[in-house]
Amino acid sequence: MLSLAHFLLLGAALFCLSVAGIFINRKNVIVLLMCIELMLLAVNMNFIAFSHFNGDIAGQVFVFFILTVAAAEAAIGLAILVVLFRNRNSINVEDLDSMSG
Amino acid sequence: MQNLCLMIVLAPLFGAIVTGLFGRTVGRSGAHWLTIIAVGVSFFLSVVVFWRIVIGGEPSYNANLYTWLESGGIPFQIGFLIDELSATMMVVVTFVSWMVHIYTVGYMHDDPGYQRFFSYISLFTFSMLMLVMANNFLQLFFGWEAVGLVSYLLIGFWYTRDTAIYANLKAFLVNRVGDFGFLLGIAAVLMYFSSLDYAEVFDIASDMTGVTISIWSGQDWSLMTVICLLLFVGAMGKSAQVPLHVWLPDSMEGPTPISALIHAATMVTAGIFMVARMSPLFELSTTALSVVLVIGAITAFFMGLLGLVQNDIKRVVAYSTLSQLGYMTVALGASAYSAAIFHLMTHAFFKALLFLAAGSVIIGMHHEQDMRKMGGLRKYMPITWITCLIGSFALIGFPGTAGFFSKDAIIEAVHASTTPGATLGYLACLFGVFITALYSFRLVFLVFHGESRMDEDTASHVHETPAVVWGPLVALAIPSVIIGAIAIEPMLFGDYFGSSIYVDPENDVLARVGEDYHGVLGFIWHGIWQKPFWFATAGVVVAWYCYLRRPDIPRRIAERTSLVHRMLVNKYGFDVFNDWFFAGGARGTGRLLWQIGDVGLIDGIVVNGSAKFVGWWSGVLRHIQSGYLYHYAFAMILGLLALLAVFVHRVAG
Amino acid sequence: MSVEAVVFYFFATALVFAASMVITVRNPVHAALFLIMAFFASSGLWLLLEAEFLAITLVLVYVGAVMVLFLFVVMMLDINLTVLREGFARYLPVAFVVAILMMVSLGLIVGKENFGLQTVGPAEKASASYSNTEALGQVLYTDYVFPFEVAAVILLVAIVAAIALTLRPTRQTKAPIPEKQVAVRRQDRVRIVKMDSE
Repeated sequence: MLSLAHFLLLGAALFCLSVAGIFINRKNVIVLLMCIELMLLAVNMNFIAFSHFNGDIAGQVFVFFILTVAAAEAAIGLAILVVLFRNRNSINVEDLDSMSG
Repeated sequence: MQNLCLMIVLAPLFGAIVTGLFGRTVGRSGAHWLTIIAVGVSFFLSVVVFWRIVIGGEPSYNANLYTWLESGGIPFQIGFLIDELSATMMVVVTFVSWMVHIYTVGYMHDDPGYQRFFSYISLFTFSMLMLVMANNFLQLFFGWEAVGLVSYLLIGFWYTRDTAIYANLKAFLVNRVGDFGFLLGIAAVLMYFSSLDYAEVFDIASDMTGVTISIWSGQDWSLMTVICLLLFVGAMGKSAQVPLHVWLPDSMEGPTPISALIHAATMVTAGIFMVARMSPLFELSTTALSVVLVIGAITAFFMGLLGLVQNDIKRVVAYSTLSQLGYMTVALGASAYSAAIFHLMTHAFFKALLFLAAGSVIIGMHHEQDMRKMGGLRKYMPITWITCLIGSFALIGFPGTAGFFSKDAIIEAVHASTTPGATLGYLACLFGVFITALYSFRLVFLVFHGESRMDEDTASHVHETPAVVWGPLVALAIPSVIIGAIAIEPMLFGDYFGSSIYVDPENDVLARVGEDYHGVLGFIWHGIWQKPFWFATAGVVVAWYCYLRRPDIPRRIAERTSLVHRMLVNKYGFDVFNDWFFAGGARGTGRLLWQIGDVGLIDGIVVNGSAKFVGWWSGVLRHIQSGYLYHYAFAMILGLLALLAVFVHRVAG
Repeated sequence: MSVEAVVFYFFATALVFAASMVITVRNPVHAALFLIMAFFASSGLWLLLEAEFLAITLVLVYVGAVMVLFLFVVMMLDINLTVLREGFARYLPVAFVVAILMMVSLGLIVGKENFGLQTVGPAEKASASYSNTEALGQVLYTDYVFPFEVAAVILLVAIVAAIALTLRPTRQTKAPIPEKQVAVRRQDRVRIVKMDSE
């Protein structure tokens, strides 16, 4: 019998994988963005699992909003990436240190 | 009466304002005519007031004219108290001031600041009148400060001279010290009496004898002693008592008329007048009286000694003033207030005379003040010589002159007094007489007698001064001779002062002296057989021997007693000490605060230090601010881990 | 093992595998494709959780729009892969340690003790006539209508922002640019040449 814990642990695993992804792909902005998408997916997983097991539809409403915001974020993030590449001719995070103190 | 008082006070003020602000318009002659007439009016009206109060026997006039402000239920008012004491002072002040005004016409004849000078001395007269006629402490303080201000302006009248600037600054600062005590005294009066009006304060003063005040915890002081001592500190400043006397000799930097005005009639007598005015308070504190007496004795004797070694003609007279002020203070300390006022009055006449005579000599010598370069002036300036001689006789107390009566009265009073320190006061006064005679006749002999030590250029120019200069000399010489004989009986032993001076019956030394008094001639006859006269005679003889007969002796004495001589020349080191301790100490403290407090602490640590610290700390922090995205992400994740750890701990725990 | 469990473990395995591949593959194109796979697997799991509308939305919006956008961008940019892969092995241990630490702590929280069947009972099965889309719509357009509007505005802003960021305006006019004129230095314009006179 499947319990809430199964889904939550899956979400946790997904989250940890994406954190690890941020570490190891520290130079590639595109993969970093993808990792963030994965993180949001993990969160969404939790929301839906709670919604299901508690019988409350509100959790799904929040997922809906998160999807909306994530889409917007992806669009703007990629737009920034394009502009960045156009100006710097690179998406290497190590080249992006103009904010260094 | 009210209109009279207003006229007396406002006439000099009007003269001062007009000549001060519109000096160019009124011109030189306009300036002196205006102020002389104004002060003259003031003098004659004062005489009228004097006549009505003292001779006509009218009751004393006490009224408030104007309420300046009211605070905490205490009104601060401007008003006049005209009784026998203030009427006397008014006449003396206006008369001497009037004489000085007239004399100034001659003395300042070719000075570019002519109108300014007249404006100042008229203002001085106004201030002094306000002080004398006040019926409350606040107005007294106003007059007190106004006198101080104008003296500052006058001593520094020749403001292009460094020494004058130094002298007026010194006078101002030393007077501030005294005024501070005075102000504290007034504040204490206000605090405990809840009133500044003389009449109200004096009425309830006797209820306050038991009151104590705790300045430091654990030490209770008698309130009356504290108040009186604080007020006397003010008097010490104004009346130049040791150790606040240092400004007075230096104030000789001012023009001679102002030396006469300051030293004879106005400023320095303010302190004496104030203590006499406060007699109902001082009578309640034997401690304060004793302090007054001792300070006066020290001043009377030691300041007289300094007159012996001075060569500047004006400075000799200045030190004699200090010494005479000491006499007055001694009289105050011995509760012989009327003797002090009596001496104040006679002294005002003969000291103004001496100063103006000295000024006359200075004019005749074309502004040469060194006595060593004079001598034999008797032939050239007979009127000045005669008047100066009269002044000197009055000063040393030659029987029959004004000074004789007042000084003898003081000495007798101190002799009879039982106030602690009276013996010291008596001895100081007695030897002071000898010293006084010595330096007075040293001056007379050096200046007017003996061989001429002038250089030829000066000798060919020396001449008697014009009538406008010697006129006041003669006018002052007359009261210098006769005023004592006229006034002694009513002033000292009669009921002259009425209720304006209060003497505790136990302290009433003058009454004791009065028991032996049998008329003016009796007093003179009695005086001839007393020690003071012998001392004075001895002084004159010594002066004659040392300065006319054997002029080499003084130098030999000076060489023998070089230590004492040097001490006298250095004026006991007061100036050196003040410069070193107060001025140097203040400068040192200032430098210390500047370098450690300001440069070190505030600028160094607080201002620059905090800026430097922020800069350094930012320098440390900027290494964290790498600008790399993954560093920030790493930091975020570490934070997340930490939060998780806390969360786990709470869930599991 | 019930059918549901089989389905769950299948999709879970696929999801974890896809996620692992996303973070480890060299080529960003492949990463994007594995991400699409992860989304599909999630979508399946969400169906299992009776969130049909969101499962469909995830596929349609994410796979159909966002991931295509990703692929476009990745392919459009000429990326030097070797540089980007530098330090991959170096940071692997750190990443591993952090991930394990986080997994352990998260597991402690969301494990069976706190969210097992004993504490949170099995979900009620919806009836056959239940429509997830309708239920969601009921809530969305009543209780959450204001956040919904805000979300719409956010999307609009995102559209405008993306266009504004990437649009390169072509210069149409020939008006002077004062700040550039002022900033001109001598050496930009003048070159002094020394030469013999001929």
